[in-house]
Amino acid sequence: MVAPATLRVVRCGGSTLHGARAVFSADSYLLCASGDFVKMYSVATEETLRVMGGHADLVTGIQLNPHNHMQLYSSSVDGTIKLWDFMDGIPIKTFTVGSKLLALYALASSEDSVFVVIPKSGERDTFQLVSVKLTKAAGQDLEAKELSVVLDGVDASPKHIAFGREGEYVASVKEVNLQVYFFKQKQLNRFSVSAMKTKSGNNHFTCIACHPVEDCIATGHADGKIRLWRNFYHKKEYTFSTLHWHHDTVMDLAFSIEGTSLLSGGVESVLVLWHNESDCQKDFLPRLGSAIEYISMSSDGALCCTLHTDNRITIINSNLRFSKSIQGLIKSTDVKTGLVVDPRTKALVLNGEPGHLQFYCLQSDQQLFSLDIVQRQYIHQAGLNQADLVKVAFSAQGKWLATVEEREEVTDPELQLKLWFYDEETQSFKLNTRINMPHDDHITDMCFRDMDELEDDSLILVTAGRDCVFKVWMMVEDTDPEAQQSVSWSCDFVGSYHNYQATNCCFSEDGSLLAVSFEETVTVWDSVTWDLKCTFCHPPGKIRNICFGRLTCSKYLIGATDYGFLCCWNLLSCALEWSAHLNVLVLQPDPLSEHIAAVSWLSKESSLFVFKPNEPRPIYIQRNLCKEKIQLAAFVPRDEPEMIGSEKYLWLRRSQLFFLTDTQELMTLSTKSLEERLTPSSKQLAVEESLPVTPFSLLLGKHRRQQLQEDIDLGKLVRSKHEQDSPAVKELLHTPAHVLPSASFLCPIFINSLLISKDNKSAEEVADEVEMESEKTEDDSDEERDVTEMEHEDTSPMELLGEMTHKLSKSQEKELRKIRKMDYSWVSAF
Amino acid sequence: MATYKPVVIQAFPRLGERITQDTVYWRGYKTPVQIKEFGAVNKIDFSPVPPYNYAVTASSRIHIYGRYSQEPIKTFSRFKDAAYCATYRDDGNLLVAGSEEGSIRLFDISGKAPLRQFDGHTKAVHVVGFLSDKYRIFSGGDDYSSNLWDIPSATEIVSYSEHSDYVRCGCASKVNADVFITGSYDHTVKLFDARTKSSVMTIEHGQPVESVLLFPSGGLLVSAGGRYVKVWDVLKGGQLLVSLKNHHKTVTCLCLNSSGQRLLSGSLDRHVKIYSTTSYKVVHSFNYATSILSLALSPEDETIVVGMTNGVLNVKHRKPEERKEKSQKKRQPAYRTYVKGRTYMPKQEDFCVSKPVKRVLRKYDKLLKSFQSSKALDAVLEPPIRLYTPEVTVAVMQELHRRGTLRSALAGRDEKQINLLLTFVARRVIEPRFTPVLVTVADMITDIYQPVVGQSAIVDRQFLRLQEAIGKEIDYQEELLEVLGMMDTLFATFTKKRATHLEENKSNGLTETIETNMNN
Repeated sequence: MVAPATLRVVRCGGSTLHGARAVFSADSYLLCASGDFVKMYSVATEETLRVMGGHADLVTGIQLNPHNHMQLYSSSVDGTIKLWDFMDGIPIKTFTVGSKLLALYALASSEDSVFVVIPKSGERDTFQLVSVKLTKAAGQDLEAKELSVVLDGVDASPKHIAFGREGEYVASVKEVNLQVYFFKQKQLNRFSVSAMKTKSGNNHFTCIACHPVEDCIATGHADGKIRLWRNFYHKKEYTFSTLHWHHDTVMDLAFSIEGTSLLSGGVESVLVLWHNESDCQKDFLPRLGSAIEYISMSSDGALCCTLHTDNRITIINSNLRFSKSIQGLIKSTDVKTGLVVDPRTKALVLNGEPGHLQFYCLQSDQQLFSLDIVQRQYIHQAGLNQADLVKVAFSAQGKWLATVEEREEVTDPELQLKLWFYDEETQSFKLNTRINMPHDDHITDMCFRDMDELEDDSLILVTAGRDCVFKVWMMVEDTDPEAQQSVSWSCDFVGSYHNYQATNCCFSEDGSLLAVSFEETVTVWDSVTWDLKCTFCHPPGKIRNICFGRLTCSKYLIGATDYGFLCCWNLLSCALEWSAHLNVLVLQPDPLSEHIAAVSWLSKESSLFVFKPNEPRPIYIQRNLCKEKIQLAAFVPRDEPEMIGSEKYLWLRRSQLFFLTDTQELMTLSTKSLEERLTPSSKQLAVEESLPVTPFSLLLGKHRRQQLQEDIDLGKLVRSKHEQDSPAVKELLHTPAHVLPSASFLCPIFINSLLISKDNKSAEEVADEVEMESEKTEDDSDEERDVTEMEHEDTSPMELLGEMTHKLSKSQEKELRKIRKMDYSWVSAF
Repeated sequence: MATYKPVVIQAFPRLGERITQDTVYWRGYKTPVQIKEFGAVNKIDFSPVPPYNYAVTASSRIHIYGRYSQEPIKTFSRFKDAAYCATYRDDGNLLVAGSEEGSIRLFDISGKAPLRQFDGHTKAVHVVGFLSDKYRIFSGGDDYSSNLWDIPSATEIVSYSEHSDYVRCGCASKVNADVFITGSYDHTVKLFDARTKSSVMTIEHGQPVESVLLFPSGGLLVSAGGRYVKVWDVLKGGQLLVSLKNHHKTVTCLCLNSSGQRLLSGSLDRHVKIYSTTSYKVVHSFNYATSILSLALSPEDETIVVGMTNGVLNVKHRKPEERKEKSQKKRQPAYRTYVKGRTYMPKQEDFCVSKPVKRVLRKYDKLLKSFQSSKALDAVLEPPIRLYTPEVTVAVMQELHRRGTLRSALAGRDEKQINLLLTFVARRVIEPRFTPVLVTVADMITDIYQPVVGQSAIVDRQFLRLQEAIGKEIDYQEELLEVLGMMDTLFATFTKKRATHLEENKSNGLTETIETNMNN
């Protein structure tokens, strides 16, 4: 494979879905604005079918083209309106408007124009509704500069403007004012409600919806009331009636297609169906998970969908029955648990909906399942202190799960430590032990002793708390044979250090040492006798993160301090090996290699540094990873090591690095170019590997095996397996014929892929080494420009390495030539 | 979409004694019957045949009691001085007893005068017994000798004088008619075979032996002496299997239950301990008023009879098995209506349509589901919940507090309801598992009803009671802390001096509460 040029930061999940109301297409697809993309979901299977990208900024509005239901308009903050053919995912036209577009409305009655909300030029925080004339000119990129102002002084939110029956009038709300503009009469009526403050909040308008057939406007208010306005043709004799059930802000309203019923939703996460616009007849769909942001109806009225603040889409039947839920990465208010990888499913585990742990599958961008940890009814109401999950730890094989939940309370926090056992029968976690108040104060860190080779009963859990102690929990066998379960957990040891708060804990790779940081000091304990072995500190500044080196670097302990120092201590000599000035936010070791990733936050940008503990020089530096603050990172092991051409990115070979930003968007680093990533090759491979076992395949397999055997017996060099493994051949065979390049171009690739590995490898090696050399020099020059100040600069290993490669190439060159000449003859066999 | 989650009632581990099958079994006795004897009861022996009368040897008399009789149904009182060790023969027809004057007497159960009298011991005979062939008697006396007698001829067959101190206990093998053992104050247990001239085996117990016992199989021997109960393997040449030290005074008597699964030992420390004969762990223990000298268990464990040093005989009868379906008040549908169709195994071509399981919510859960806080609190203050499951009441209060509606739920109550609430709080606030929640509740109640203090005598009295309860608890806690401080200084002096920078406060681990959820 060709070595790609650079590492790209790829967004892979968690972008907000609530830029705009979702849109049902005529043939049961659901279209949603998701960050910079428009996503298309299948209503039947909940699958993401297509991701349409092209906007440079947030998508703020999507509307079906009223004259062609296979087309979609989308508007974005980047100032463009795009027309899509969403069935094929192709952008048809791009209209450049010029200013930020904050909402988009399309009407059937207006032939060639759409309505958008733009900021009023020259004034801050005032917006106007304008109609944009979309020119019919040919070409893809068009200018749309013909703007005519419809309404002035509107609100930026797309929920604050609605178009009435057959586009006769437009209604807009802002704060306590409602204005209705009649297109035909060119008349503007203004109404307002008295701005009174009640106990439950003010009565500002929050959303508006217009009746599809009658002249009726429904408005939602911040105090939970819904007002139905009629007779608004008259400036004075207008009437309104009030519906009140919500106790908090009404977030969105929607009329059914016939207009017989009204749907409303809000913070309570209850969808309310009002029949015949009367206060007494209503139905509820409670406990939808989180606050309802948008409600939209399908054009045939059979389905309704709610978008929630936690990025979930719920599809609801017309009879108010829950039908389906489309959920990717659930956005929680605060990811306190960190990013944890479940060793069993390789899923990313973090806070989901309140009190739950979500298992998020990275490959399919779907939530695998949600484990209820707190097991209490969550009350959707502002200002309530409810128990939430704060810490999660898995044992090495994923057999045990430890969770900590706490309820913030001023006087004494309510804490629970729960230990879950993976039940093979039910394939889920089962509560084993619950410990009330494991610490007197908040638990700051928790870790299992990861020991793959040892028996289950040596499992140890360590919790560090703000009550100045760390506790060691051990499994104890129950002596009573009649008891239902045989093991439970109990405290084995309590350790402290000069009454400092324990902040982090971490086991070494072999489990023999435990490092616990107490404010400014790192203490190292023997995990058998629980004796204090040694202490390290790097004054000034408290320890923020610690971790042990792995594999060949297991004698090092890495720590990051508050004052922006990254330190590496040698555990054998008990001395500081090196330190660097770096404000590290996240320190994440790769479980499968020696590499450690550190994410720093310097002058409003996040940078990534990858290093090995035995060298003070980073292997890889990426500046300006993203604009948002990176909160968390995790290495997720790959199923199979990826082929990575460049030496520089070798650290990504066995595991992939994921980040979670402040805005809870999940990002990763990819070596593949954009096009490669877009073709979901993984899916094709999966299909191929999961072919059903047919008699024919068995027969074929048998035959192949026999052949293989014969080959080996005969001592032939040919390995039939090789041809199957080659990705180049796979690509060749899986690409449709009409998009393949010319045969002359493909031939060398194909031939190369068939070459036996011996030859291949040596050739590659040489190439790699040359590359490495050049990159190393690049690195050096990088280094000098860096802000990082490595204290122990020594260039000697670098030089040594350089010499080595020279020697190698010289001595082997002749041999290589020989080999090249020799082994081509067998190609004719194919 | 999630369903409503009921309020979690926290299960707390039951502190103290763990309920096992053994405790249930051994607690199944009625309150004891006390019978006063004339002197210390040195032996109790059950007749091996129904109706399982038992012979009690105390002072100079032997009383025979029936199963439920409080008065002796027969008395043998032909002894000039103290009688010892009245023992039944296997068929329950003959009774043999030793005496202080050194003679051994054999009685017929139906008669009054002794059938035979064996004279030969020069000092008191404390132990007599039948060999399993029914025609011979063994005895041990204070003259250090162990003798064997022939019943028909009333003559001495053989006399062993191998012990060097009083012989005070003995036992015959049930499997071999020639084998018997005696234990003596010379710290040894000796095994004799009537066919040989000297003892076959000597076991060194280490303390004056007070009681010996052979298992029905004859393979294991139990000896008691000093504070120890020791189990020996006879077939392995007297190897010590296990040594039990569960009493803190001399163990005086041993007994096996009818199944042979449990070993009982009585001691001067007023306890009877019951061991499992597989694990040799104490599975249960009984307390008595005074030091125990003798102990017997009737066949089928129907009766436990314990004799004390002060001459009191303590008789416990097993409670009759409770009939579970005593009253058929309501005729319920037959069992098969419940299992109708449920045992049907779906065949391969069948489609299974599962019926949603109907979840039954408790009343308070239903009310909480519809956000009716006050009514939910009322529901858990109903007598059965309040009295028997206070943890439910407290859990609902906690849930209300979590929802921020506890104050409004507590407010607006009349005198009777406040009285009820305050009674509950005052009674339960001192229980450590409820304290955090109930302190908040008490706080709120005092806050809310402060303005009306003085208007109702009942409420005022309850407030005073609450104050008293909390005051008392604070005193207790202070005392406890003092004790803890004392213990800490003790621990500090006991533990070895370690490196000074090392701080281990293991004692802190004592105060934390650890709960294990057994049912989940």
